Order: sequence, then structure tokens, then C-alpha cells
Amino acid sequence: MTRFLLPLAFFALLLVVLVVGLKHAPDKSLIPSPLIGKSAPAFTLSSLFDPRESVSARDLGGRWSLVNVWGTWCVECRAEHPELLQIKQQGLVPIIGIDWKDNDDDAQAWLSQLGNPYDRVGADRDGRVAIDWGVYGAPETFLISPAGKVVHKKIGAMTADVWQREFLPLIQAATTR
Amino acid sequence: MPIELAHFALILALMLAAAQAWFGLAGPALRNERWQATAPFAACGQFVFVALSVGLLIHAFIDNDFSVKYVAENSNSALPLFYRVTAMWGAHEGSMLLWILVLSLWTLALVSRLRTLPPSFGARAIGVLGIISFGFLLFTLLTSNPFTRLIPAVPDGNDLNPVLQDPAFAVHPPILYMGYVGFSVSFALACAAMIEGRRDQLWAHWIRPWAVMAWAFLSCGIALGSWWAYYELGWGGFWFWDPVENASFMPWLAGTALIHSLAVTDKRGLFKSWTLLLAVSAFSLSLLGTFLVRSGVLVSVHSFAADPTRGVFILAFLVVMIGGALVLYAWRAPLMKSAAGFDFISRESFLLFNNILLAIATAVVFGGTLAPLIADTLKLGTLSVGPPYFNPSFLVPAVPLLALVALGMHTRWKRGGLGTARRPVLIAFGVALVLGLALSLGVYMHPLPLTPVGAVVGCWIILAALIDPVARLLRRQRVPANVLGMSVAHIGLGIFALGITFVQSNTIERDIALKPGQSTQLGEYVFQYLGGGDVEGPNYEGYRGKVSVTRHGQTVATLFPEKRHYWVQGTVQTTAAIDPGLSRDLLASLGDDVGAGAWSLRVQYRPLIRFVWIGALIMAIGGTISVIGRRERSAVGERSTSQSAAENRA
Amino acid sequence: MTPRRRRLYWVLGIIAGVGLATGLALQAFRQNVMEYLDPSMIAAGDVKPGRRFRLGGMVAHGSVDRVPGSLDVRFVVTDCIHSVPVTYDKVLPDLFHEDAGVVAHGRLDEHGTFVADEVLAKHDEKYMPPEVARSLKQQNACLQSVANAH
Repeated sequence: MTRFLLPLAFFALLLVVLVVGLKHAPDKSLIPSPLIGKSAPAFTLSSLFDPRESVSARDLGGRWSLVNVWGTWCVECRAEHPELLQIKQQGLVPIIGIDWKDNDDDAQAWLSQLGNPYDRVGADRDGRVAIDWGVYGAPETFLISPAGKVVHKKIGAMTADVWQREFLPLIQAATTR
Repeated sequence: MPIELAHFALILALMLAAAQAWFGLAGPALRNERWQATAPFAACGQFVFVALSVGLLIHAFIDNDFSVKYVAENSNSALPLFYRVTAMWGAHEGSMLLWILVLSLWTLALVSRLRTLPPSFGARAIGVLGIISFGFLLFTLLTSNPFTRLIPAVPDGNDLNPVLQDPAFAVHPPILYMGYVGFSVSFALACAAMIEGRRDQLWAHWIRPWAVMAWAFLSCGIALGSWWAYYELGWGGFWFWDPVENASFMPWLAGTALIHSLAVTDKRGLFKSWTLLLAVSAFSLSLLGTFLVRSGVLVSVHSFAADPTRGVFILAFLVVMIGGALVLYAWRAPLMKSAAGFDFISRESFLLFNNILLAIATAVVFGGTLAPLIADTLKLGTLSVGPPYFNPSFLVPAVPLLALVALGMHTRWKRGGLGTARRPVLIAFGVALVLGLALSLGVYMHPLPLTPVGAVVGCWIILAALIDPVARLLRRQRVPANVLGMSVAHIGLGIFALGITFVQSNTIERDIALKPGQSTQLGEYVFQYLGGGDVEGPNYEGYRGKVSVTRHGQTVATLFPEKRHYWVQGTVQTTAAIDPGLSRDLLASLGDDVGAGAWSLRVQYRPLIRFVWIGALIMAIGGTISVIGRRERSAVGERSTSQSAAENRA
Repeated sequence: MTPRRRRLYWVLGIIAGVGLATGLALQAFRQNVMEYLDPSMIAAGDVKPGRRFRLGGMVAHGSVDRVPGSLDVRFVVTDCIHSVPVTYDKVLPDLFHEDAGVVAHGRLDEHGTFVADEVLAKHDEKYMPPEVARSLKQQNACLQSVANAH
């Protein structure tokens, strides 16, 4: 009689394993940024608009800023663009752009067509700087503290929700202290 | 046409699925005949809206509507039309929609054959299918919506991975899903039987064609996937015991046990609880496979973008469907027991062995697939389980199983023994012994210990499967569809067994660095590297080498392996050069430029590898024959359980 | 043979069969299941030479050294804290390159060199369980520590 309950019992056991496995799953798929808490990696790139000018980590010191890695080839970057423009409009934090593995002409055209949310844009044509910043894919946005430390990172498109729930509190908490 | 219409259509489909479930199950339960009769209509309606939704999405792809985020992520205006269409199921959201479409297609098929079933029984099965549809529709609408907009739209989409722009790869998901999802019908029918607590064995007769058809599709789908991996990935492998491969193989194993168990239940009313459990298990394994691939629990190259929230949803769905079915089983199966006897060497006992061995095989694959997950969960360390475990362990149940097939096909029901088939079967064994040994010792030399076993068993299965049809033809009798189907399917199995045996034991594979003009010998074949040159394609640049293959001095093939570098994706792809043949494949793939004017190459000789896929295909054809040629009984007529098998069924 | 006797033989037969299958499977399992180790674990010294295992980490920058004209290649796998030299004599996968994650199967020889018989790079077509993520993590950690050192 009880042998008919065996399959159900086995399934229950399996469920336990799957539930536990699922709870751990975010650990496996999340690539944590070992950068958090450390100083922003040094870099020097030529500016997208004027090759004689440079954009470097020195531009990050002294106040809260965002570093946004993007490219014209990336669909999600297009999706987050309006939000970046909004953030620029708010005027709280400047955004430094890193144009990753992109074509300069395409990038300039993109920005003039859609609007430029960046204070400065560096052209990371070979992707070396992105490697230093541990970039996994575009878009990625880093929050840099006035001391020049990486405080937070968002992998994927920036949305109003993420900005308000993840980034703003960190900025505001520090400034009210 | 706005994509929001497709979204709306899907919501309507969701509501109709709910109606389908409600009317299908509550109708018979409350003896409301009108409700009962409404269920099929709800199912048809659901199909219409699902088809509309899918059609609109495909239309968006064809039209290059990059304002739809899913289209932008998975297509490109430079993509040929065929691949723009097939891109619809290229990623998670779209493939879920495909799942739902295939499910509603199968439901529609069941509705069309409703007259072969008693009304309440059929309604219940449709109701269960409605629950499944509802779950998947809800999941898609809540967590995997393919209809979100991208505003502003991008001028062009992402390029599809070039590796995926391949005809076999493009059609592989629909065929696989036809199989995978097809077992939902036998699942639903089994649930209906359990809900009704039927003490007869008619339900087994009704389920049979549905189970066999799903099984046939799944066999094709798996074979197609394996064949694609072989020629696309470039290194000669065709089965890696990858979790996603295993996720489709386990339902196949359970499905094979199911179709055989159904034969026993149909014919003699035995194994009822086995059959019910197998019907539940086959589809449960499909659902489990879906969970494993999409939840991020197992990381594999095949898995879609992992998202744990999706995993939670699917898990909840598993609890409802599988848990529910198993509760039904625990409650009803004791009622439905059978009590007939059978002799030791009878068809029934062979099929019982069959069930047990296939169950063990499923367990072996199941254990190996989940072991890394279990070990990680229980913090036992990081395990990796691969071919070194699967290959030997799987052979343990598989070899005895194959060895028994030839006998099992001919033992008689109930009384047992081989009867008049004894001499032909023994003669077949003798011939198989000679052929098998000749092949493994004479033709393909240097056998491994199991090679002669595999060769003899493979030949024996093929010859034994021919006995019945040939005997009938000699007596100038008709060969009924079910006899023909069974023979063809088992011949396919024998061919498959031969292929696997020799490809595993006699493949020669060599990595070697060669300068132009140098050569290497693989068995009877001499592979000579003749240098190469740079090539350029529409979105890649690469190097193409030239390899000539000779045998006894005669040129047998000229191969052009390539190494491609795709600029946009930044990926490198090895394009293997394959000379296909029924008796053997010859392969050459490029490694790297190793300096000093030499390139590293991998050259391979793979005997009888085509038999693996051809065998699987023939199995599927056999199954299809038996379904199409099935003589339909009149619908509702109850049959006494002791009715003897007067029909010409084997 | 009475039905009871027959059933008894059935049960015994099934138990024996299942037991045999389980035993053989577990045997194959234990012998063929590999653990995953990174260079730090190896430096900690808990590996017996001759035992086959998976080594994961990053291919150290500038470490790939090929004997020209042959398949023999040497490289170093590192997790930026410790490193392990590796030798391999077959075709390397397409996605194998320096500063990228790699997983290799093989054994440690008496000199502490890992003799690989199989090398997989990330997103290889062959199955790779969570080690992919771990290698990637290490790759990132590695690059950071290299960058921070400047």
C-alpha cells in the first residue's frame, strides 16, 4: 500500500534539493565585482570628441560621479539612454562615459542624435580599460565616491527604479552625514 | 500591426485556458454535460489566440520591427528571412511561446480525436491540459514577456550568433518540443484515468498512439540535436551528457518504457500502476528538464539566461503538476490493480525486465545530472560528472536490455516460451554471431571487450525484427501496421546499437602539427595537409586549410577545414571539414598556427557514426507507422478484460 | 513453481539487479568524478600526485609558450595568488587565450607541473558546471589585483 506513496516521497526529497539549489543560484550567476570598496582603477583614454584631450581617473575625484560603459552596438545601452539623460538633467552627479570597443564616428553620431548625457567620454577602442574595470558586458554603471572609491555597480540597463533604490540612497546617506 | 495585439491575444489565451481547465474538470465532476462539452471549444479558442500571438511575433521578426525589444535582441536586418523566422524561438521568451504553441497544437489534436474517447474521460484530459497551458501562459506573461517595447527603437538589432544560423539548429527546437510537450497528452489521459479510478484497461489502449507519437518526435529531436552538434561544433563529438541533453534524454527513456508498458496494460491489463507512473514520469521529466535549463540552477552552455525568479515560478508549477499527479497516483493506483498471472519466460516478464532496466537507466542519468547540484547544495564540494561516469554506468542497464530485445520480441504472451518462433530466433542468433564477430574482428579490428557483444546484439535485433514481417510476406499475408511499425522501430534500434558500438570502440582521433606536405595515418587512411590560405567572408576573416585523404593510394576525399574570426561578435569558430559516408566519416579541423610553418590539426576517422542518427530516425518512422496504421475501435464500447487478442497484434 | 515462490524470485532478482547497478554506478562515480581545484588549493598541498582533477583559474599574461612547429604548449594557470605551470600536447580550444578563464583536466607530476589531457575554455561546447562562474570570478579578482598593483 505504502509503495504507492514512494514516488511522491521521492519527489518531495527532490524538491528540497532543487529549492536549496535555487536559493544558491544567484551566487553562481552573479559575477561579484571585486572592485567594490576599492579605489577606482586608474585609466587614461583619449576623448571621443577630441583625440588630443584625455579622459582619466583624475576626472573622478572630489565628488560623487558615475562611470557608464556603453557602445552603439549594445541594445540595452539604447534602452537605458533616456534614463541617463534624466540623471544628467537632475544635475546631482556627472556621468563619465567609456565608449567600449566602438567606432568613433558611430558613437559621435549616436550622441548627437540621441543627446549626450556624459560630461566626458573616453574611447576604449581595444577594451583594455574595460578589462581593468572588470566589465562583463555593456551597459555597466559604476558609482564612484568623492574619495575615488567604487561604491556600487549596476550590470545591465540603468532604470529609474535602480537609480532611486540603489544609487540615490548611497549618495544621500553619505552627503547627509 | 502593433505587438500589443499579440500581448492581448496571449492574455485572452490565458483566460481560455482557465476556462478549458474549469469546464474540462468541473464538468464531469459535477455531471454538467454542457460544461463538459464546452471544454474542447475553449481549447480551440485558446489555440486560435496562441497562434495569433505567435504569428504576430514572427511577423515582427520578418518586418524587422526593432521597436520590439525581443526582436532587437535576437535578430538583424541582414539575417536571411528563414533565420529571422526561426529567431523567434532563439531565446528564452520566444521559446516559451513556442512551448505554449506546441502544447495547444497537441491539445487541438486530442480534441480532433475526442470521438474515440468517452465524453467525460476526454473532457477531463482536456481539463488537465488546460491547467498545464494556464501555468505556462501565466509564467510567460508574468516573467518572460516577449512583447515589451524598446523606445526609442534601435536602428538595427544584435547579430544572431553565427553558430546558430544553421538549418538543423533552427528546426531542432520545434521538433524537440513536439516530443517533450507531446508527453503532456499521455500525462493528461493518465490523470483522467486516475481521476475516474477506472478499473478497466481501456485507457491504456487510448493512450498508446499519443505516447508513441510523442516518443517518435522526441527521438527525431534528440537525433537532430546530436547531428547538429557533431558537424557544427567541429570536434567530432555528438553526445556530451550535457545537462540539457540529459534533460531531453530522460523523458525519452521513460517514454520508451511507457510505450512498452502500455502494450502490456492494453493487451493483458497488467502493470497498470507501472504504466500510470511512467506516464506521469515521462512528462514530469520534461517539466523538470525545463526547470533545470531555465532556472540557473545548472550552468551549461545550452542554458538560457539564468533567472532565479523564473526558477521559483517553474518550481511552484512543478509542485502543482507533478505533486498533484503523484498524489492522484498514491490515491488511485491501489484501486486500479491488476491480478493476472504470467509465466517466467513470457512477453510480460520480458517487458517487465524492460521497464526495470529502463528505469535504472533513467536513474543513472538522473543521478549523474543532479549530482553536481546535490553536492553543491549539501556543501560536499564541487563535483563534475561527465562521460567518464555516464558512459560505463549507462552501459550497465543498457547492454542487458539490448541483449533481451531479440528474445523479448518473440516470446508469447502469458504462456510464454518462443513457440514457433524458436527456430527462426535461434537461427537469427547464429547468423548474428557470425556477422557480429566478423565485423568486430575482421572488418573493424582491435575491438574493445564490449565490441563483439554490441555487434552481435545489434545484428541479432535487426534479424529478429525481420522474422515476423518476412514470415507473413512469405505466407502472402498482409503485414498489419502495428507489426510493421514494431519491426521497423526495432530495426532502427539495432542499427543504432551497431553505430554506437563501432563509433565508440573504433574511432581514431589524432591531434598533430603538420607542415604543408606532411601527413599522418589513421588506420587505412592517410591524411595529408596541403597548406592553405586566408579567406574572407561577409562578417568574418579566416584561414582555410586543405587536407587530402587517401586510402591505398587512391584519393578518397579532399577536406577544407576553416578557422574563422567573426569581427562583430569577436568570436573564433572552427569549421570542421567532414567527408560523410554510410560506413565511416572522415574529419579534419584546424587548431592553431603553431609556428615554423605548421598548423595543428585534429583528424578523425569515425566508423558507422551515421548509423547512430539513421537508427534513431528509423525508430521514429517505426513508431509513426504503428500510429498511422492503427485500426480504430469504436469509441465508447467497453470491452471485457478477458477478451482474447484475436486481432493480429504481435 | 508457486506464485509466491515466483514472486520471491522476482523480488530477489530485482534487488540483486538494482544493487549491482547501484554498486557499479557508484564505483564508476567515485572513480570518475573529479574535484575542482584552483592554484591556491594546490599550493596548500592537498593533492596527491597521480590523481586526476580539474584545475581552474586564469591563463597568466604572457605565459603561453609554444614549441614552434609542434603541439606541445606550456602555460601558467593562476588565481593571482598562486600559479601552476601546465603542459598540454593537443589542440587548444578556440576560446583559449591569455587573461581568460580556463579549466583543465589532468594530473600533477612529481615536479608540480600539471600535465593536462583536456583543456576547456569558458563557453566551450562541452559541459561546464559552476566552475565557469568561479573561473570568471577569479579572472576578475585577478585582473583587479594586477591593476591595483600598479
